[in-house]
Amino acid sequence: MDGIHDLGGKEGFGPVRYKKDAAIFHEDWEVKANALYSLAVKGGIFNMDEYRHAIERMEPKHYLNASYYERSLTSLASLCVEKGLVSKEELEELADGFYPLSLPGAAGRSNRSEPKNFKPGDLVEVINEHVACHIRMPNYVRGKKGKVIRITPAYPYPDAHAHGVKARNEPTYDVEFKSSHLWPEGAEEALVNVGIFESYLKLISES
Amino acid sequence: MNISGSKKSLAPIESRVDAVQTVLQRHGLDTDNFIDTFKDLAFEEWLPQNGARLIARAWVDEEFKELLLKDGTTAAKSMGFSFPAHHRHFVVLENSAKVHNVICCTLCSCTAFSIIGLPPDWYKDLEYRARVVRQSRTVLKEMGLELPKDTEIKVWDTTTDTRYMVMPQRPSYTVGWDEEKLSNLVTKEAMIGVAVL
Repeated sequence: MDGIHDLGGKEGFGPVRYKKDAAIFHEDWEVKANALYSLAVKGGIFNMDEYRHAIERMEPKHYLNASYYERSLTSLASLCVEKGLVSKEELEELADGFYPLSLPGAAGRSNRSEPKNFKPGDLVEVINEHVACHIRMPNYVRGKKGKVIRITPAYPYPDAHAHGVKARNEPTYDVEFKSSHLWPEGAEEALVNVGIFESYLKLISES
Repeated sequence: MNISGSKKSLAPIESRVDAVQTVLQRHGLDTDNFIDTFKDLAFEEWLPQNGARLIARAWVDEEFKELLLKDGTTAAKSMGFSFPAHHRHFVVLENSAKVHNVICCTLCSCTAFSIIGLPPDWYKDLEYRARVVRQSRTVLKEMGLELPKDTEIKVWDTTTDTRYMVMPQRPSYTVGWDEEKLSNLVTKEAMIGVAVL
C-alpha cells in the first residue's frame, strides 16, 4: 500500500534528532509493549508481516504523531481485535477510554511470478505497480533499474504472509541502485542497496 | 473529541498497554514471565558488544573475517550469538578507505538487534528514514561524520528479512591491541554506519 510509512526519499524533514548512546527505552510501558507484541508473535497470534502491515494501516495522522512504541502497541491491539481475541468495545472498557486502532486493509495476493533465479551482476527492473496490500517494495524503487549484487535464502512472501494467503517462500535480492537514477536531479551521489523479493523484479539483461 | 472523533477521552498509553496484557493473559499467554524474559534479552543479551566482539575477532583473525563477510549468520552463531526466528540472514558490510556503508530501514525499524542492540530512537524516527537514502552525505555530516569527498557511500535499506551490520575500519593506532581491547572500541553507531572509529 502507498502508506504514510513509506518514507524513503520524502522531503521536508529536518535534522535527525541524533544522540550518541541513546537509550533504547524511556518508559516502562514501552518495554511492556515491545515484550507483548514479541510474545504474541511467539504465541502464533500473528506473524511479523501482519504486525508490520497493521502499523502501516494506522491512520496517517495517528502514525505521524505516535511514538515508535505507540505504533507497536496500536498494531498489537488492532490484531488482537481482528483475530477475535477481544472486541474493540471490550478493549476500550479494559483501557477505560478511547483506544485508537488501525484501519482495515485490502486483500493480499500470492506470488506474482514463477521462480526466476537471478544471478549477481544481472541488470533488473523493479515492476511499477501500486497494490493496496502489504508490500515490502519502497515507492522510491518502483520502475527503477538496478544491479543484483547478492541472493539470499527464501523468505515468506510479504504480500501473502501479511494476509493469510498461501504462497511459496521467495528468494530476495540485494539490488544496487544509483541515487541519481532513483531521484534524477534530486539526490546526493550514493549507491542505494535495497532488498527486493523476486516477484517484484524483472530481468533486463543477464550478467 | 479526540483524533478519531470518538466522544470518549483517549485512554492513557499505560492503560492501553495493560488492556492488551489482560487480553493476552486471558488467551493463555504467560505475559508476566515473558516481560521479565524480554527485559533480560533487551538489557543483558542483545548488546552492541556482541557485534563489537565479532568485528574485533575479524580484525585479528583473517580466516574468521573471511567467514564473517561470506556467511555472517554462521560466524555469529560460532561465537554463541543467536537471532530471532524472522532474522533469516545476517550480512556484514566492510568499510574501506574508499567505501563507507550505512544502514537504515525506510519502511519501519528493522535491525540486527540481537547483534548490535535494539535501535535507538533516531534510527526509527521519520527524519532518518526519509532522508538517509537520498541525502546520505548531508545526513551523516549533520550527525557528526564528515566523509572525504572521494569516499563512495553505500546505503542499505533493510526491506527484507536480511539484517545488516557495518564493519568499521580498524583505527591505525590499535596495532598490537588484543581482541577484548579492540571490541571495547566498537560502538553501535559505527555498526549502523553513522560514525567511524
